Amino acid sequence: MIQSKSTSFYVAAAALGVALSGTPALAQWEPQRPVEIIVPAGTGGGADQMARAIQGIVAKHNLMKQPLVVINKAGGAGGEGFLDVKDSKGNPHKLVITLSNLFTTPLATDIPFNWKDLTPVAMLALDEFVLWVNAEKPYKNVKDFLDAAKKGGFKMAGTGSRQEDQIITVAIEKAAGVKFTYVPYRGGGEVAVQLVGNHVDSTVNNPIEAVAHWRGGKLKPLCVFDGKPLPYNDKIAGDKPWSSIPTCKSQGLDVEYVMLRGFFMPAGVTPDQVKFYVDLFRKVRETQEWKDLMSNGAFNTTFMIGDEYKAWVAKEEKRHYELMKDAGFLAKKS
Amino acid sequence: MEEIGNLFHGFATVLAFRDMNIFGVTMAIPFNVILMVIGIVLGIIIGILPGLGGANGVAILLPLTFSMQPTSAIILLSCIYWGALFGGAITSILFNIPGEPWSVATTFDGYPMAQQGRAGEALTAAFTSSFVGALFAIILITLLAPLVAGFALRFGAAEKFAVYFLAFCSFVGLSKEPPFKTLAAMMIGFALATIGTDQITGQLRLTFGFTELIAGFDFLIAVIGLFGIGEILLTMEEGLSFKGRDAKMNMKVVVQTWGKLVKYWWLSLRSCIIGCWMGITPAGATPASFMSYGIAKRISKNGKNFGNGEIEGVVAPETAAHAAGTSALLPMLALGVPGSPTAAVLLGGLLIWNLQPGPMLFVENKEFVWGLIASMYLGNVVGLIIVLTCVPLLASILRIPFGIIAPVILVFCAIGAYTVHNNFFDVIMMYVFGILGYVLKKCQYPMAPLVLAMVLGDRAEEAFRQALITSEGSFGVFFENGLVSTIMTLGLIALFWSVISAGISRIRGSAPATAA
Repeated sequence: MIQSKSTSFYVAAAALGVALSGTPALAQWEPQRPVEIIVPAGTGGGADQMARAIQGIVAKHNLMKQPLVVINKAGGAGGEGFLDVKDSKGNPHKLVITLSNLFTTPLATDIPFNWKDLTPVAMLALDEFVLWVNAEKPYKNVKDFLDAAKKGGFKMAGTGSRQEDQIITVAIEKAAGVKFTYVPYRGGGEVAVQLVGNHVDSTVNNPIEAVAHWRGGKLKPLCVFDGKPLPYNDKIAGDKPWSSIPTCKSQGLDVEYVMLRGFFMPAGVTPDQVKFYVDLFRKVRETQEWKDLMSNGAFNTTFMIGDEYKAWVAKEEKRHYELMKDAGFLAKKS
Repeated sequence: MEEIGNLFHGFATVLAFRDMNIFGVTMAIPFNVILMVIGIVLGIIIGILPGLGGANGVAILLPLTFSMQPTSAIILLSCIYWGALFGGAITSILFNIPGEPWSVATTFDGYPMAQQGRAGEALTAAFTSSFVGALFAIILITLLAPLVAGFALRFGAAEKFAVYFLAFCSFVGLSKEPPFKTLAAMMIGFALATIGTDQITGQLRLTFGFTELIAGFDFLIAVIGLFGIGEILLTMEEGLSFKGRDAKMNMKVVVQTWGKLVKYWWLSLRSCIIGCWMGITPAGATPASFMSYGIAKRISKNGKNFGNGEIEGVVAPETAAHAAGTSALLPMLALGVPGSPTAAVLLGGLLIWNLQPGPMLFVENKEFVWGLIASMYLGNVVGLIIVLTCVPLLASILRIPFGIIAPVILVFCAIGAYTVHNNFFDVIMMYVFGILGYVLKKCQYPMAPLVLAMVLGDRAEEAFRQALITSEGSFGVFFENGLVSTIMTLGLIALFWSVISAGISRIRGSAPATAA
């Protein structure tokens, strides 16, 4: 209760500031106390890494007077974190970084939230997905792999249940007429190691989760689930750059999927407050550390704000609904 | 012996003097060594505060290290980790409150020792064993890193379940309490572990519509409540004072305890092996400490006296927990799979420092890897010296009147419970668990099986179901290859050991008894 009181105080103070000051430059809103970044996933995962990287970049380059604090609320497939933000209406000192569970968790479970309960701030990047197999296997391309998979008994490992990895798996099954046994694990790193150890037949790991094993010659990428090849030309594994991985579509597997890495705020915040964070993220994107992170993880660096971002999120939600309906992943609403 | 050469290069990196501009004066200081001391001290404080575990501590400080060189940064962070491993034992022994999950097993004998006025002895034993365990694991990492990493790859879901099964059986097989009470406590633990999100289907279960429950009960909350708050309630009932106020307060106790510890070399070695095995597989430090305690209790001549202040009962879990905590870093570096929550946070740090964990790290970033390994040796030595000199000081805490210290403990427990998930509901739950702990103790239900079931329950369930998914429902997967069937068989033997040993002694019963 204390928190919401002081929050409304700050909101009021900020509003008063806007009303009283004539010059817009002075009216700029700024955080008055430490800003929390809620990570609706565990420590060490992709969203967590990105949040902590931003925290470090902001601290190192002194981009903000108040510190950023990263808090993990992973329970209920991220529902714990989203509910926390939903309940912090009007609190301008709270951000949440998203992964696809922004859409999948409310659809697959009864946890009551929707992205419309939040204020969209900015899309910072899109995370890619790649079809990986063990390097010892004889498949040279997607066709070889799918032909082998059609014989049955292939195991696909992925992160979580009824989330992005399983959605892609079902999409592959539909597009290629194959059947996988999907095995859920807790994190992307664990998934990659299961594939290296030959306990499963394939994964759809994010680039950053599997790149070390690709470079170590243990895994090989077959195709990337994006409309165009990855734009990074630096040699990664031997003489192969990220851009050498063909798109799945060009290989006859018509599946596309990218994952949102973006930020939202609680509902009821002012445009001024949103603008502060948009500007902050613009500055973060300019730094070398951010560029390194993007190329290490072969991220798609699309940046979106405002109505464009909102429209993109609305479209993605609809797409997730269709994908999950087709897969039979929707929660049975009682 | 290329490794030895690399290691000495690593020592040179860690001990290097660097020119620093301090207050306008440029001087050469051993920057990394200073970081090491700071890290250890911070870690010990973090370890003492229940709830604020090593993972949280490292996560909070991680962003501060981004402007450092990666080697300096990892030295600071890993020293916080060592410090937290050391610090976890302190409150377990003094107040029966495990500062960290892996020091739960240390309370079983450490706290009774403190009550008997042997706090100094217990602390010395705990710190020294921690050091021995860590040292063993580091030597293993130094010499066998690539080999060990390859071994970890052989662990699929079935193998992981087998490891949890073995840890469980080796602890539970023999218990002094009536079997039905043990079983009841265990089942309560399993039931609590199932609350929250089902990892395999992603669905909520047993939350009954309460959104507070979607994250489930954190093991730490339960432990702080059951042990810490429960103990304070008991003390209040028994007359508002700590036993063991006459604890010795000089450094002599350290030397005397060392004299005793030498006798337990075989126990230490065994605990080291158990710890490393559990750290690499990776099951983690907490199951390792329980398993090591369970096996020690069974094998030791003084097994019957475990739980009443037996020094072996402190040595076994502490050695194994440290060996596991240290060796858990190996799969992280070599494979990119964190063996513990703290390792998971460090893993995130590696990526931000532009280092890719995995097989290539040992080839491409030699200076970093060997600097880290060298800092493990030095960090543990520094840590041991710091904590041992604090033994008399720590033991004297017990002389503070209960009326002053108990409210302080309650406040720290509440803060600790809050920091686990930044959730006030957890603080309430901690008190509920405290009352539950008090009731269970009064009715003489054993607490250990409950805690073990809670910590292993959902992990074991997950591995079990993953294994059955991969085998399409066939139980044969648990006896599919040599590795998994060996571990399963060992587990079964451990579980039925009391029956088996009774059988053996009955057969021998007719013949003249050899050894008791």
